[in-house]
Amino acid sequence: MTDNIKTYLLFAAVFLLIVITGFIQSWNSALFILNMGLISAVMSLGVNLQWGIAGLLNVGIMGFVGLGGLATVLISMQPVPEAWNAGGPRILAGLLFGVLTITLSVWVYKKIKNARWRFFSILIFLVCSFFVYKSILTPGVVAVEAVNPAATGYLGGLGLPVLLAWPVGGLMAAGAAWIIGKTALGLRSDYLAIATLGISEIIIAILRNEDWMTRGVKNVAGIPRPVPYEIDLQASENFVNRAASFGLDPTTASTLFVKIAYAGLFGLVLLVLVWLSQRALNSPWGRMMRAIRDNETAAQAMGKDIKSRHLQIFILGSAVCGIAGAMMTTLDAQLTPGAYQPLRFTFLIWVMVIVGGSGSNLGSILGGFLVWFLWVQVEPIGYWLVDLITAPMDPQSPVRLHLLDSVAQMRLLTMGLFLLLMLRFYPRGMIPEK
Amino acid sequence: MEFLHAVIVLSNFVIIPAITYGSQLALGALGVTLVYGILRFSNFAHGDTMAFGTMVAILFTWWFQSIGVSIAPLPTALLALPIAIVLTALLLLGTDRVVLRFYRKQKSAPVILLIVSLGIMFVYNGLVRFIIGVGDQRFSDGSRFIISARDFKKLTGLDEGLAIKTTQVITVITAVMVVALLFWFLNRTRTGKSMRAFSDNEDLALLSGINPERVVLYTWLIVAALATIAGTLYGLDKSFKPFVYFQLLLPIFAAAIVGGLGNPLGAIAGGFLIAFSEVFITYAWKKVLTYTLPEQFAPSGLMQLLATEYKFAVSFAILLVVLLFKPTGLFKGKSL
Repeated sequence: MTDNIKTYLLFAAVFLLIVITGFIQSWNSALFILNMGLISAVMSLGVNLQWGIAGLLNVGIMGFVGLGGLATVLISMQPVPEAWNAGGPRILAGLLFGVLTITLSVWVYKKIKNARWRFFSILIFLVCSFFVYKSILTPGVVAVEAVNPAATGYLGGLGLPVLLAWPVGGLMAAGAAWIIGKTALGLRSDYLAIATLGISEIIIAILRNEDWMTRGVKNVAGIPRPVPYEIDLQASENFVNRAASFGLDPTTASTLFVKIAYAGLFGLVLLVLVWLSQRALNSPWGRMMRAIRDNETAAQAMGKDIKSRHLQIFILGSAVCGIAGAMMTTLDAQLTPGAYQPLRFTFLIWVMVIVGGSGSNLGSILGGFLVWFLWVQVEPIGYWLVDLITAPMDPQSPVRLHLLDSVAQMRLLTMGLFLLLMLRFYPRGMIPEK
Repeated sequence: MEFLHAVIVLSNFVIIPAITYGSQLALGALGVTLVYGILRFSNFAHGDTMAFGTMVAILFTWWFQSIGVSIAPLPTALLALPIAIVLTALLLLGTDRVVLRFYRKQKSAPVILLIVSLGIMFVYNGLVRFIIGVGDQRFSDGSRFIISARDFKKLTGLDEGLAIKTTQVITVITAVMVVALLFWFLNRTRTGKSMRAFSDNEDLALLSGINPERVVLYTWLIVAALATIAGTLYGLDKSFKPFVYFQLLLPIFAAAIVGGLGNPLGAIAGGFLIAFSEVFITYAWKKVLTYTLPEQFAPSGLMQLLATEYKFAVSFAILLVVLLFKPTGLFKGKSL
C-alpha cells in the first residue's frame, strides 16, 4: 500500500512541476512539456520493454524514432504526380530489385553448403547486382529530385489521414528491428548495442540524404494535422464565444486548445500502451521474459526458446518507439532529418528508463516526464545560476560571457550526473520493479 | 604513363588518406580494446575521452601560440600533447575512483558498466561542449605540406600531383611509435605482462599476487595516452568538432570488434580494414578508371559506390558480416 502511495505522490509531484511551469512561465510552454513528456513516456515504455523486462540493450532508439517520422511523411503528405511520372516507377523497380537480390542471396546462402563457394558466389552476385541496382535507381532519383526542387523534389506520400501513420510507423520500426534482431540477437549484449547504434546512424543518414523520399535537409513541412488549425478555430464564432466565457482571447485559447487536443490523443495512446504493457508484464508471458532475463541458462533448460523470445520483445519495443516517433513528427508537423541527434533521441531515453526504474512500466513513464521536464528547464535554471554566480564579475568579462554562452550545454552535464547518481545510489530507479 | 598517373591519383586520394585514417582508428580501437580486455566492459565514453584530450591539447596550443612558443615546421599541438595526456589521465583516474571503482568492487555485470559509461559519456560530452563550444576548431599550424601537388608535378613532370600533408606523415610516424611502445610494454615489462595475465584470467592473476588496482591504474594511463594521441592526430588532420568525435565511436568499435575485442593486434588490423573500406567505397573512381581502362570503356559517371554520408554504413556492414560469420573477430578476441 505504501508503495502505491509513493507512486501517486511521485506522479503528483511531476505534474505539480508542470503546473508550476504553467503559472510561472506560460501555459503554452507547460503544455509543450506535457505533450513532449507524453511522447517521451511512450519511448521510454518501449525501451523498458526491451531493457527492463528482457534485458536487451538497444542503443539505436533514434533510428526507430526516425522511421516513425518517415512513416508520417509517407502516409500523410499529398503525392506529387509530376515526380511520380518523372521517376516513380523506376525508383520502385530499383527498390524491388534490391529486395529480390537480398532474398535471392539469402536463399543461395542456404542452398550452397560449401563455405568457400558460397562466399565467393554470393560476393560476386552482390557486387554485380549493386551496379544493376544503381543503374536502375539513379536516373529515377535524378528525375524526381529535378521536379520543382524548391517546393517538392520528392515523391510525396499517399495523402492518407495522419493518424494512420502512427501504427504504420510502429510497423516500419518493427520491420527494421526484425532485421537487426535476426542478425545481432543471440550474440553478446555489447554486440547488440553496437549493431543498434550503427543501424540508427544509417537510418538517419538515409533520411538526410535520400531527397527523393524525405527531401533530406530541406525538410518536409506542413504535415497535415489530426487536430483543427488555430486559424479555423479563431474564425469559428462558437469557439470564440466559448473562449470568451473562460475569459481568454481567441488567439491564446486556440493555441491552448490545439495543444490540449494533442495531449488528449497522446494520452490515449499512452494509456492503451501502459494497459497492454502492464497486462503483458503480469501475464505468464511477462513472467517467462523476466525469467529469461534473470537466468538465461535456467530458462533454456526449462525449454524456452530464448532467441525467438528476445526477437519478439525486441520487435515489440522498437515498434513502440516507432509509434512515438510518428507522434512526435505529427506534433512538430514537419520532418527535420537534421534534428535527429543520438544524445537527445537515444541516450536521453536511456536516462529516463534508468531514472524511472528499469523493469517497471510506471517508473519509466515517470522517468519520461521528469527527465523531459529537467531537459527543458535546466537551461533557464542554469542561466539564472550562472548569472548569479558571475554577477560580481565585470558584465563584459570574457569568462562571464563565455559561461553564459555555453549554458545550453549544461543539460548534458546535468543529465549525465543525474544518471550516474541514480545508478550509484538508487540503481532500481524511482519506482522500482516489484 | 597512363598507369603511373592512375597509381599517383590512387595514392593521393585513396591510399595515403586511408593509411592516415586507419592509424587514427587503430589508436582509438586500441583504447577500446584495452578497456574491454582488462576492465571488461564496452566503453561508450571513449569517443568523448578523445574529444576531451584533444580539447586540452587545443587549449594549450592556443596558449603556446599566444606566448610565441613554436616548434615549426611541426605543429605546436605536438608540444601540447604531453600536457593533454597528463590532464586526460587525471580525468580518467578521477572518473575511475569516483564512479567505476564502486561497480568493480560489486562485480557488476558488463552491461551495467556499459550503462555507467553512457553516463560518463554524457558528462564528458557536456564538459567539452561547455568549455570549448560545439563549433569547428582548426588548430593545425606549421608547414602544411611535405610536398605539395604543384611541387610534385614540377619535380617529376607528370600531369597528376601527389600531395603529402605534414599531418599525414606525423600521424603515421606517431602511430607506429606508439604501437611499438605499447607492444614493447605489454610483452616485455613486468607491468605489461601482469596486465595481459589479468586480461586472460582474472582469478589466476589475482591468485599469483597481481595487484588489480595497479593494473587498472596503468590501463587508464595507457588509455588516456592512446585516446589523446588518436584524437589530436585526427583533429590535426581534419578538424576538431565534439559531435564528430562522438560519431567516431562507431568506426572505432567496428574496428575493435572486427579485429577481435580484447586483442590489440586485431584492433590495429581492424582499424586499417575499416579505414580502407570506407575510403574505397566512398571514393569517386572516375579519374583512376579513365587512366587505366581503354578509351572506349571510360566511365561517364563519377563511379562512386556510395555517397560519403554513408560511410557509417560501410563500417556497419563489415561489422555485421564479421558478427554473422566470425563472432569473435578476425583475430581471436574474447567473449564475455
